[in-house]
Amino acid sequence: MGVEGIGARVTRKEDKRFLTGKGRYTDDMIVPGMKYAYFIRSPHAHATIRSIDASAAKAMPGVIDVLDGKQLQADGIGNLICGWMIHSKDGSPMKMGAWRPLAAETVRYVGDAVAIVVADSAGEARDAAEAVVIDYEQLPAVTEAVAALAAGAPQIHPEATDNLIFDWQLGDPEATDRAIASAAHVTEIEIHNNRLSPNPMEPRATLGIYDSAEDHYTCYTTSQNPHVARLVMSAFYNVAPENKLRVIAPDVGGGFGSKIYIYPEEIVCLWASKKTGVPVKWTSDRTEAFLTDAHGRDHVSKVKMAFDADNRITALKVDTIANLGAYMSLFSSAVPTYLYATLLSGQYAIPAIHANVRTVYTNTVPVDAYRGAGRPEATYLLERTIETAARELGVSPAELRRKNFIRTFPYQTPVIMNYDAGDYEASLNAAMQAADWSGFAARKAQSEAKGKKRGIGMSCYIEACGIAPSAAVGSLGAGVGLWESAEVRVNAVGTIEVLTGSHSHGQGHETTFAQIIAGRLGVPIESVNIVHGDTDKVQMGMGTYGSRSGAVGMSAVVKALDKVEAKAKKIAAHLMEADEQDIVIENGEVKVAGTDKALPWFQVALAAYTAHNLPAGMEPGLKETAFYDPANFTFPAGCYIAEVEIDPETGETDIVQFVAADDFGNIINPMIVEGQVHGGLAQGIGQALLENVQYDESGQLLTASFMDYAMPRADDLPSFKLSHQNTPCPNNPLGIKGCGEAGAIGSPPALINAITDAIGNNSLTMPATPMKVWQALHAAH
Amino acid sequence: MYATSYHRASSVEDAVRLRARNEEGRYLSGGMTLISTMKQRLAAPSDLIDLRHIPALRGISIDGRKVTIGAATPHADVAASRELRALCPAICELAGHIGDPHVRHMGTIGGSIANNDPAADYPAAVLGLGATVATDRRSIAADAFFTGLFEIALEEGEMVTAVTFEAPEKAGYAKFNNPASRFAMTGVFVAKTASGVRVAVTGAGSDGVFRHAGFEQALASNWSADALNGVSVDASRLLSDLHANAEYRANLVKVMAKRAVAAAG
Ligand SMILES: Cc1cc2nc3c(=O)[nH]c(=O)nc-3n(C[C@H](O)[C@H](O)[C@H](O)COP(=O)(O)OP(=O)(O)OC[C@H]3O[C@@H](n4cnc5c(N)ncnc54)[C@H](O)[C@@H]3O)c2cc1C
Repeated sequence: MGVEGIGARVTRKEDKRFLTGKGRYTDDMIVPGMKYAYFIRSPHAHATIRSIDASAAKAMPGVIDVLDGKQLQADGIGNLICGWMIHSKDGSPMKMGAWRPLAAETVRYVGDAVAIVVADSAGEARDAAEAVVIDYEQLPAVTEAVAALAAGAPQIHPEATDNLIFDWQLGDPEATDRAIASAAHVTEIEIHNNRLSPNPMEPRATLGIYDSAEDHYTCYTTSQNPHVARLVMSAFYNVAPENKLRVIAPDVGGGFGSKIYIYPEEIVCLWASKKTGVPVKWTSDRTEAFLTDAHGRDHVSKVKMAFDADNRITALKVDTIANLGAYMSLFSSAVPTYLYATLLSGQYAIPAIHANVRTVYTNTVPVDAYRGAGRPEATYLLERTIETAARELGVSPAELRRKNFIRTFPYQTPVIMNYDAGDYEASLNAAMQAADWSGFAARKAQSEAKGKKRGIGMSCYIEACGIAPSAAVGSLGAGVGLWESAEVRVNAVGTIEVLTGSHSHGQGHETTFAQIIAGRLGVPIESVNIVHGDTDKVQMGMGTYGSRSGAVGMSAVVKALDKVEAKAKKIAAHLMEADEQDIVIENGEVKVAGTDKALPWFQVALAAYTAHNLPAGMEPGLKETAFYDPANFTFPAGCYIAEVEIDPETGETDIVQFVAADDFGNIINPMIVEGQVHGGLAQGIGQALLENVQYDESGQLLTASFMDYAMPRADDLPSFKLSHQNTPCPNNPLGIKGCGEAGAIGSPPALINAITDAIGNNSLTMPATPMKVWQALHAAH
Repeated sequence: MYATSYHRASSVEDAVRLRARNEEGRYLSGGMTLISTMKQRLAAPSDLIDLRHIPALRGISIDGRKVTIGAATPHADVAASRELRALCPAICELAGHIGDPHVRHMGTIGGSIANNDPAADYPAAVLGLGATVATDRRSIAADAFFTGLFEIALEEGEMVTAVTFEAPEKAGYAKFNNPASRFAMTGVFVAKTASGVRVAVTGAGSDGVFRHAGFEQALASNWSADALNGVSVDASRLLSDLHANAEYRANLVKVMAKRAVAAAG
């Protein structure tokens, strides 16, 4: 404990660097002889490449080379892969179409990379790109998933008939249908989950460096998981064997999932560096980011929720079509399946659930995990459905939820998940109290007197974090294990480095991970450094996504620290001639309990390294490694309540109150957790009110800049009211559940429920722009 | 961005001369539109003639009720001018809600009206106030200045030097932001001027900024928001784009007009 240990609001160690402009991002990396790349991208959503003529471009000033997909293929560079195998319900494997890092024959979305120009400057590379003549034969395109499944739709990959990637199901269809047939009431609704662009502040970038003397590659990249990048690039893309490939993800300015994946640019820059003999750097601009960073969401679902005469939910049936874009991105298949349908029980005891999911190719940017990944889609669907049911049944939405809450743990859902701990009513009560739920009617009357429409809506979300038990995900098709690693390295003078396979790109690991050490040993937080993001420095690790750094990454640190402590205690017991059982470590000292005998921490460390006087047979040194494989997912949950005031003349929504009551298990640093919730809420509110990726019919991206893609800004958001009702997670040593995605998961349905409550019309899709709200309001009256 | 040559003009004459010498040249004012267009490689002027360092183009001068705003005056200066606020607060309010602080400190009134973006705010004020646009060679009435989407009445090489107007008896501006760009999805400027009531609408017209005769007549006989209740807005002249359709814009035109009248008092 203490002022810098677990639970303390330690200000972020990394912020000085970031706030003073001293962060070192991939684009800041400069190496001798470095040149610049420009990617030539398809201007068409769907076309065959007839020919590429780069002769004029190659003769332009500063140009080193222009390389295309045929050359890449000839050099044996492999296709991009999806790392999670899903089987259709007929047993057939998912239909993975070829994704070449540089398209050689066919382009399938606007932005598909076709060739790379390497030149002395970024400007010269771009000038030369304009001189490359590419003859395309345009093909018909389709951007909507439902349209892509329709008869006669353009065929995007020869491997996937009717553009269907898989037709998968989870749960018991017969039991579900039976329950629906005999229900006292069935609520039916169609749910759209809008397509989003992640927009981390730092656009993607990569620097590929080939060293011909060592036949060795270095890849600087904007990655959330540099080891996974190295593994995939060597195992599947044949860039280089792992021992000849170093991947460094230095400071990374946000990811939200979009930087999990291995994109064509990393691979192509490494290959181009070898081809040209110069280090090759590429930095995305914002429009390129809109055009090529994996998008999120984009589901259309039909839902049926059945109730008995006592308003208990008896069944849930979901039929979802998910748009995966032009190619299967690295984890794209897992998002609308095991990260989505497994959460469809929500916080409720539902005896029968059946989900059917069809995933579809379209001529759009690949879709993959984005903050929440699958759980926002499940939560939005479920929480709008139960709210709708409450309205149809004429009961309070809070009471309908309360009646159906799961109350005993562990609880086995019909859709794989086994919830370990939670107290959903505690969050519901806390949120309703903080929102002054009972005073709503009076506030509504006040709004009406001003000519405004007021509404209130809630959302009781659950999600699964801390991914994930390796054997479990392996049995479900994952190509990797989802454990995490840590090394705790005590230096000879007692200062400490923690090498973690987690990667920080905004989460504050340099602070929170150090808090664990500082708290356990009682050493100053300044004496602890967190090392991450470099495959040459850090042992194999799985990286950061799915709110796993706390539950999994920190658990690995605890395991390594346990080993370090055990060895330190042995050394101290030996030096102080005491019994090992009596040694305690606190306040920077190693003490014999109940005596005044003590050694400063650094002396024990020093003794480990001088090795002059160690217990017989003990190895010198004080450094331990641990790999932690979680026993289960963790299950953060909570209740969010939004209150809105609508201007009926313009349809504009003013969020007058937003309450978030969360159960994240134990909390390491409340300030950082609040920051994560604030950011998540901003993105969730962005999805609900503002953000939407839109294509035109020919597949051109209409929202390719911030002039057309509406990101939430500070004045779009209210001041949030947060609280925590924590039930510690029983399955990891710190009792952590995870907090990184909850805000984005729980908030959209709360807002839409509030708006539809205000306007008296439930037919509303996200984003609920002023125009859509105005139209829905006028349709209702 | 393609290569370009930068010139810092010292006077209006100097700028016009430089511009005449370079057929593919462009005037550069705040650069908030031009530079980003160049970065996207959608414009490739051979020469940039920077107007922002010409003292005569910068600043607000007031002579009785006559207001002159130099073409290179940034929006932030207009927003902050106490003297102007005392005479015509509506234009200060309008300028204070353009873009963000960076844009307001760089972008200029001359650049804004020369660009005539259909969603820009200033064209509504200039047209609504019945202002006169002064150029290096003549004066152009606002009614003749804005000719279409991104189209204005300037000749090749002609430069806006100032915008002048008589302070109105009353004026108000109401803007509904485009949620993404925060340009006007619809903005309405109303003014009671010596030559009558004027109502100018920006952000909504499929031909750019326009005056609304029906609103003007209604307000001329009864200066109140309620006077607009019965007046219709023809959606067929309005823009439909990914942010809003014409029908919704027609509604906004009326709502913003009423709010502008209310703001004018
Ligand atoms: C993020 C952002 C948000 C914005 N939001 C808004 C908004 O909410 N409302 C709004 O109205 N505007 C908005 N703008 C536009 C901005 O306020 C400027 O008005 C606009 O960019 C043009 O002014 P400028 O001085 O920057 O002109 P420049 O970009 O320098 O020039 C624009 C064009 O006008 C020509 N030109 C410039 N000065 C003259 C002159 N004196 N004579 C003849 N031709 C000339 C140039 O050659 C060029 O073609 C926004 C801009 C940005 C970047």
